Amino acid sequence: MTYLLLFLEFFQTGLFSVGGGYATLPFLQKIMERYPDWFGSIQLADIAAIAETTPGPVGVNAATFAGYSAAGVPGALVATFALVLPSFIIVSLIARALEKYRENKLVCDVFSGLRPAVTGLIAAAAWSVIHAALVTGSLADGFWQAIDWKNIVLFFVFFGLMMLKKLKNVHPVFFFIAGGAVGAVLGLI
Amino acid sequence: MVRVLGELWGFMEEKKLSHRVFMKNLWEIFVSFLKIGALMFGSGYTMLPLLSHEIVERRGWVTDEEMLDYFALAQCAPGVIAVNTAIFIGQKRGGWAGGLSALLGVITAPILAILLVAIVLLQFWDNPIVVSAFNGVRVAVAALITTAVIRLFRANVKNWFGIALCVVGFLIAVFGLSPILVVAVGIAAGLVAGRVRK
Repeated sequence: MTYLLLFLEFFQTGLFSVGGGYATLPFLQKIMERYPDWFGSIQLADIAAIAETTPGPVGVNAATFAGYSAAGVPGALVATFALVLPSFIIVSLIARALEKYRENKLVCDVFSGLRPAVTGLIAAAAWSVIHAALVTGSLADGFWQAIDWKNIVLFFVFFGLMMLKKLKNVHPVFFFIAGGAVGAVLGLI
Repeated sequence: MVRVLGELWGFMEEKKLSHRVFMKNLWEIFVSFLKIGALMFGSGYTMLPLLSHEIVERRGWVTDEEMLDYFALAQCAPGVIAVNTAIFIGQKRGGWAGGLSALLGVITAPILAILLVAIVLLQFWDNPIVVSAFNGVRVAVAALITTAVIRLFRANVKNWFGIALCVVGFLIAVFGLSPILVVAVGIAAGLVAGRVRK
């Protein structure tokens, strides 16, 4: 039954996520909310970090990891194939029809609306990752108790470094390693 | 009779040969995309230099312009951009079977890599040092995603219509409604705006 649910959820993700690796995050977030027992204490940001760090497209990595943590190796395979199946069908059809509809106006109209809406969608997923990283306590205890000052300072240091033109081509994995090292040290103190 | 048999024999020989060429072609597609899948990291954009090296220069299957067209279309189609690009090029080179070979090639290495990481990592997930290390990694991810959203916003939101749609998409998602609804709203708004402009 888990396999069927995994298949359906990741098939939907593959079918409706438009705009690359990060576009799968909002769907992953929904899946994690709906089936918390599949993921234990793993968070969306953890899957994003692992997907960015390992070879392969982020969306494929995220599906494989989520499928594995939900139902082991078969789960990983089911989730990954479910994710790419809609792509295979749709892209194959588009490849066939390519010459005919190359400059179709209707298609262009659809994408002119789709792109900004999906940007908003991804921003919302990003917001939940930022929230989880910076607000580690319960907001019921009051805002100033809930936020993690060390993490907020670290966030702005990383953000500043990543926005620097000089560091544009630095691979994200180096920032993750730095984050992991700082986190481990802060945890030991 | 002999002639008929001879022709039949010749036909079978030819068939067998083309069968072998066909399989060899599929195998080459698989291997090329296996390499690309193993060497790319992160977003679909990291695939472009690998594609132009392996597919355009080494194999000569598509031109640079064709590759960019496929890449652009791959962003518009649903799903993972790198996977979509692979299927486009595989289709062009070997039809449906070619598309399938490219697809299987590009996902094989990532699946193995993730399984390796997951099997090792999930054993240590409750270790206190791993917990606090991942606490730091999450902050780095949060910063990285913020920069990605800024880049996406600059590329995709170009006018008030876009800003409004972006805000609507954000709000729908923040209030916990389905991401599919955002996709539907975007498509509908795009079609209506296209009508109005006309």
